Amino acid sequence: MGREVSESCIDSLLTEMVSSYCNRFYANKPELAARRIEAIGYQVGHQLSERYTMERPRFSDHLEAIKFICKDFWSELFKKQIDNLKTNHRGTFVLQDNRFRWLARMSLDPTAEEGVPQDPAALAESKAAQAMSMYLYFPCGIIRGALSNLGIPCAVSADISNLPACEYPESYVLCVVMHACSLCSNGHCHGQL
Amino acid sequence: MAPAGPRSGDAIFASVERVNAELFTLTYGAIVRQLLTDLEEVDEVNKQLDQMGYNIGIRLVDEFLAKSNVSRCVDFKETAEVIAKVGFKMFLGVGASVTNWDAEGTCCSIVLEDNPLVDFVELPDTCQGLYYCNVLSGVIRGALEMVSVPSCASLSLVFSSSS
Repeated sequence: MGREVSESCIDSLLTEMVSSYCNRFYANKPELAARRIEAIGYQVGHQLSERYTMERPRFSDHLEAIKFICKDFWSELFKKQIDNLKTNHRGTFVLQDNRFRWLARMSLDPTAEEGVPQDPAALAESKAAQAMSMYLYFPCGIIRGALSNLGIPCAVSADISNLPACEYPESYVLCVVMHACSLCSNGHCHGQL
Repeated sequence: MAPAGPRSGDAIFASVERVNAELFTLTYGAIVRQLLTDLEEVDEVNKQLDQMGYNIGIRLVDEFLAKSNVSRCVDFKETAEVIAKVGFKMFLGVGASVTNWDAEGTCCSIVLEDNPLVDFVELPDTCQGLYYCNVLSGVIRGALEMVSVPSCASLSLVFSSSS
């Protein structure tokens, strides 16, 4: 077990980081804010992946590298593994975490209906939904950075959803969609945001 | 039932949810690096780190008060001790000591023995004047303001590692 800090440290730092970029630095430019948040995540993922693979031999293929992300890497960060990994065997992977820790602190009803909000409560909720999606750029960046360090350029996007059978009623499911770019051999991948 | 007394920093740290410190260290480093890229001026970055810390501190103080059960401090010296012994310990897992008091008892240094924020960090020469840990100053400033400690506008805390 390495060195630890209290969970409030990382929670409050991330919340404040997202808030600063969305509301202060790039108040009317959500695209730019999103890129910055993703870039910060990318840096972190790149460095962490470097550290956690120092003593390992190279991964034999993309799937092995992604399994590393789902198991060892995710465990180091969140003390649990990715719950479900799916692939279409053509470069797209879906990683599912049924109890994503970082979302546990946010109160948001993910089943909120789409549509134009009319009243202040709904407006507040849609703002909260916006904040949530901004926040998710950070873990997407981490995954993109980690895989990039392993030689797999990719585009990463995330979504939250509630399982229809309400198996996990109190938690939020994070679905990360990862598309490995076989065409981006120069390592520069303009990920979908 | 006798009222519970104040808890030690170690006891609180052992009882809270904890995470990998590397994630915290590297995230903070990436934020500072990004701020330097976006804002360019070191003074501006210092200011933003302080502001971020302040925003964190005004909320974090609630958790501090709830978990530490400290009674109201009688003077600033006691406040500084509580910050060093309980505050830093329960959040960052490290102890700190208070030294360098001035004659009036309004200014001191809080020295962190082993600051997780600066693990693996080396500042290049281009960052002269950067207060890398300025977020911590902001956190304390925000927290103290919430518990009505006056003169916080001139609060400036020095963080140094023993190395």
